[in-house]
Amino acid sequence: MSEHHHKETFVTKYIFSQDHKMISKQFLVTGMFMGIIAVMMSMLFRLQLAWPEKSFSIIEAFLGPHQTDGVMNPDIYLALVTIHGTIMVFFVLTAGLSGTFSNLLIPLQIGARDMASGFMNMISYWLFFLSSILMVISLFVEAGPASAGWTIYPPLSALPQAIPGSGTGMTLWLVSMSIFIASSLIGALNYIVTVLNLRTKGMKMTRLPLTMWAFFITAIIGVVSFPVLLSAALLLVFDRSFGTSFYLSDIFIAGEVLHYQGGSPVLFEHLFWFLGHPEVYIVLLPALGITSEIISTNSRKPIFGYRAMVMSIMAIAFLSTIVWGHHMFISGMNPFLGSVFTFTTLLIAIPSAVKAFNYITTLWKGNLQLNPAMLFSIGLVSTFVTGGLTGLVLGDSALDIAIHDTYFVVAHFHLVMGVSAIFGMYAGIYHWFPKMYGRMMNKTLGYWHFWVTIICAYGVFWPMHFIGLAGLPRRYYSNTAFPMFDDLADINVVITIFALVGGAAQIIFLANFFISIYRGEKASQNPWNSNTIEWTTPVEHIHGNWPGKIPEVHRWAYDYSKRVDPNDDDSDFLHGQDFVLQTTPLLEGEQPS
Amino acid sequence: MLALFYIFIGVAIGVSFWQITRILDLRGVVANDEDNAKQGKYAIYFMVFFYAIMIYCLIAMNVIMLPESASIEGEHDDRLFNITFWLIGIVQFIMQFLIFYFTFKYRGNKNRKAKFYADSHKLELIWTVTPAIVLVGLIGYGLWQWNNVMDLSDEDAILIEVYSQQFRWDARYAGNDNTLGLGNVNYIKGINTMGVDMKDVNSQDDKQVTELYLPKGKKIHFKFRSQDVLHSAYMPHFRAQMNCVPGMVTEFGFTPKYTTEEMRQQPEVIAKTKGINKIRSAKGEDLYEFDYLLLCNKICGASHYSMQMKITVVEPEVYDKWIAEQPTLAAVIK
Repeated sequence: MSEHHHKETFVTKYIFSQDHKMISKQFLVTGMFMGIIAVMMSMLFRLQLAWPEKSFSIIEAFLGPHQTDGVMNPDIYLALVTIHGTIMVFFVLTAGLSGTFSNLLIPLQIGARDMASGFMNMISYWLFFLSSILMVISLFVEAGPASAGWTIYPPLSALPQAIPGSGTGMTLWLVSMSIFIASSLIGALNYIVTVLNLRTKGMKMTRLPLTMWAFFITAIIGVVSFPVLLSAALLLVFDRSFGTSFYLSDIFIAGEVLHYQGGSPVLFEHLFWFLGHPEVYIVLLPALGITSEIISTNSRKPIFGYRAMVMSIMAIAFLSTIVWGHHMFISGMNPFLGSVFTFTTLLIAIPSAVKAFNYITTLWKGNLQLNPAMLFSIGLVSTFVTGGLTGLVLGDSALDIAIHDTYFVVAHFHLVMGVSAIFGMYAGIYHWFPKMYGRMMNKTLGYWHFWVTIICAYGVFWPMHFIGLAGLPRRYYSNTAFPMFDDLADINVVITIFALVGGAAQIIFLANFFISIYRGEKASQNPWNSNTIEWTTPVEHIHGNWPGKIPEVHRWAYDYSKRVDPNDDDSDFLHGQDFVLQTTPLLEGEQPS
Repeated sequence: MLALFYIFIGVAIGVSFWQITRILDLRGVVANDEDNAKQGKYAIYFMVFFYAIMIYCLIAMNVIMLPESASIEGEHDDRLFNITFWLIGIVQFIMQFLIFYFTFKYRGNKNRKAKFYADSHKLELIWTVTPAIVLVGLIGYGLWQWNNVMDLSDEDAILIEVYSQQFRWDARYAGNDNTLGLGNVNYIKGINTMGVDMKDVNSQDDKQVTELYLPKGKKIHFKFRSQDVLHSAYMPHFRAQMNCVPGMVTEFGFTPKYTTEEMRQQPEVIAKTKGINKIRSAKGEDLYEFDYLLLCNKICGASHYSMQMKITVVEPEVYDKWIAEQPTLAAVIK
């Protein structure tokens, strides 16, 4: 690889870079920017939910034409929840998480100079950037952004007569998401090809760190399911703009019968959730992969049950593509299908339980180094368990009909995929920040950030289960039309306070992140005493990652605290220290783990 | 409450700036033994806090939850829910304890050596097979109950069409022949707001109403239609919900178990009503009285949050009298 000596200009180094490390940082910062927008939106609609009739100058300032005397209008409330969901699920937790860490870690952990195609990788980022810009622009159109929910079910999303956001706002949403999907697909194909073809000598698939397995399988799920969302979006564009009737039929609105005949919104639901459910795992698996790596490193122990972890990632990936119908138990589809989807959905509990138990066993008898990254990983296991368990209620069609689309659902998925994935992302940032910027983040701020965030996360989402069990539907602008929900008002106030404090606590993180980029302590080469080979690269980034030859790999990634006598916990460390880099050859007579 | 919130915000911002100034001395990036000891302790404090709010919510929020199922089919829902909830509750309490207790117990220090423990097929077999067995039970009961609630084969069921549009509900009873006349948006005209085909003989004795009356103890067979966008007919007290989809007819059924009056006398309902009325009288609003409701539970536009229809369950004799008083469509729409 001789190219890494060529001259770089500012533009090729920082803007149109083809280096995976720079692209990863671009994904991260763009994702963070989008995340700030989405979190601020949630703060605004939480204000509305807690104090529905109260006037807020902050709402007046932010929502301009969409508010009356500091109280937001119902249309913009729906727009805020729609865009909050879209940005968090796609722009932050798909592009921000996979885009950042797949790009950063795949070449570094498998031992490659760069991605298989640096050019496609660059295109992937710039398409993501373009789609982010379009999504932000859609916030400023006159009638407001898309507001049919992040699931954009037609006919609501197809008819501007039904809701103003379904005009220009929805068009921009569809264009933005189509570009986003193209970006995801190009990125995912690149990840798959890179993992399959560019592994260094000795890096067998069975020696891949679990992060690699998670990113690899995630990319495969993306390639399988994202194209279906693209076709769903295109058919919706056809219905909206060219008069076709894929999703629409027999509609009377605003005093007239529309011409649409023979389509069905249920078709859209099937297409949407064929991506929509795997999407949950596209978001979650990378976070679980990151957690596996960090928990093992910081416990100074091998991850428990490596093979079982790989198998459960695969099982989850496979099952995730055949459970989409559990979002549609009450859509009017044949009840027999409901039975099938209940069965497949509850099966996912088995590999998920294996993962949770394996994490806990990894902690057992460890020597836990409680760095901020480790705390976020432990937090992830906690929220993943809490949120996952309520999935047993919702996945059961007979129970789902009673609480479908209530706040119980909101609490469930925020914990299991929202908070868990965000925790995985934070853990990854704290852990690999030295690899990204050559400096360390401050741990005291990291601790503050973690404890305030987890307390607030549970403060928001634990009580939310109960207002769901009281029958409160989600996406209600206010609950004042129903006296039966009056006794939930106080709980909503508590939730909002936790949400606002939790949101404000992210300022601690942002400050830590940006100050550390410039003023953080210089990182050593392997600050966490980790085994994986990204820590054998120099601290300063160079094009091509390793100055000389790419190192050869001789063992798996989890030889932490390996002993002279494997059966004697008191015996000395086999290699004189509690970690063994993957590049270390086996000693004479050493058994591979 | 608002002042409290401003105080919280103030404290959070203050703390963050205080900490930001401390970062400038650049020390402290990797956890040392002192950090491990401290953070391990915090994990235990957090666990106590977490268990406290879990238990507090489980007890204190009982009163706000939906009362016992008001439909016969929903009884098994409640039972299945209770079984599932106990099960996941126990698992939750054990797992969270292990997570945070281990964090504390095995907090790192220089003298500790981690155990090299990479695999145990026996353990993994246990925690693959145990959830599998438990799930077989849950899935089995769930599927049996699902078939139960989705069973609409009762020929004598009272047939009612629920009709949704932005932002109101209407309903149509099938009349003496217990057969609904055809409907389509093309027939919507004037007072024929549900688009009923008045040339259809079955339509003549249909009765259109704006509030549902249901007889106790009789199976009701609902058919749902929508005029514009997706809506969802959510009847939480009956554990019932079904989407209303433009262009197609969806179905659901249940048998009311308690009349509205009987429900009002239930201890759970009395307690919840009392709580609500305490809040309402403090604000000087009219007192609340329990009623069954049908709510819209699929985002449908600006007034989604207020779209509702009252349901009254009465004794069969009262129902017969009421339905006889309602005019037929033939009489209303000429």
